[in-house]
Amino acid sequence: MKEFLDLYMTFFRVGLFTFGGGMAMLPMLTKEIVEDKKWATTDEILNYFAIGQCTPGIIAINTATFIGTKRKGAVGGVVATLGMISPSLIIILVIAAVLSQIMEYPIVGHIFAGIRVGVAVLVTEALIGILKSGIKDIFGVIFYGIILAFCLIFDPSPVYVVLIGIVVGVARIKLIDKKGGEKK
Amino acid sequence: MTVYLLLIYEFLKIGIFSVGGGLATLPFLYDLASKDYGWFSAQSLADMLAVSESTPGPMGVNMATYAGFHAGGILGGIVATLALAVPGIVIIIIIYKFLEKFKDNKYVNGVFYALHPAVGALITLAVLQVYQTSFLTEETPYILPLHFVVFAVLLVGKLLLNKKKKLHPVLIIVIGAVLGAALGL
Repeated sequence: MKEFLDLYMTFFRVGLFTFGGGMAMLPMLTKEIVEDKKWATTDEILNYFAIGQCTPGIIAINTATFIGTKRKGAVGGVVATLGMISPSLIIILVIAAVLSQIMEYPIVGHIFAGIRVGVAVLVTEALIGILKSGIKDIFGVIFYGIILAFCLIFDPSPVYVVLIGIVVGVARIKLIDKKGGEKK
Repeated sequence: MTVYLLLIYEFLKIGIFSVGGGLATLPFLYDLASKDYGWFSAQSLADMLAVSESTPGPMGVNMATYAGFHAGGILGGIVATLALAVPGIVIIIIIYKFLEKFKDNKYVNGVFYALHPAVGALITLAVLQVYQTSFLTEETPYILPLHFVVFAVLLVGKLLLNKKKKLHPVLIIVIGAVLGAALGL
């Protein structure tokens, strides 16, 4: 029971300090899940993001379900996701119900602009960690460059990027097998 | 009662068909605005998006809560958000069990090995989008100087300090909020 509460509260904190799209949860995930609780590694989170890119549901929910399930089975997945969405429910309902004018005060706009700059700092740092962990060799560097250029030029759906990754991943293993497995 | 059932139906659908980040829910929400439910207009959707982007919580979840509230009050907000989450929860739990079974399969591992740099590229793009909302603009001069200076100082400071003591992400957000108010960002 205590562990479920811990799971709920941890993801409540992650949700509370995610400002913006799903990727904005990365800094809090890294701090709370990878560094403090050690419930998942950076590589595992990259796996979950890859799967989340091409499965139904938004990434933030998918990632919370993954880590919760890893920790405490299906119930853990549900509990973690509820923790993730609870801050949204509370804060948005309060804003929508009673504070709808609050967004019109200039000071609130300045505060949110400052928060967005803070988020930019945090996601930059998280990105550095992700690239360090996810790119392990020259294959990674080249493939990263190709996909980044492909995305900047063609702006494809992430689903295609993941599909390309799957094809290249399988082809790479086949190629290594053919060479007689001199690499691992 | 009907409004809640309709909300469950519509947001389950959004949960199933919006693949990827929270922005993927937007086309479906605009579609809802154009239906004759009379829940919300496309204009109020734009306002909801602005609030959802800057308030705590992942944007896609915030949007669902907001839209549900417009359609059916507080209970509507709760119902819509839960309905949005259910498909993702079910599918990920199933995929997790499947992954556990195949975690030593060399093809599965090979696929993830290739996916990591690819997802790194996708995350790089997402970070560029964050820059666009925080210190880059579409019109010249492209960079908001004051915003950028605050960004650069905080980033360099945080990275340099990391060796000694890692500052908590929440602290950076609080510093950002304070500087935003003090400097009028």
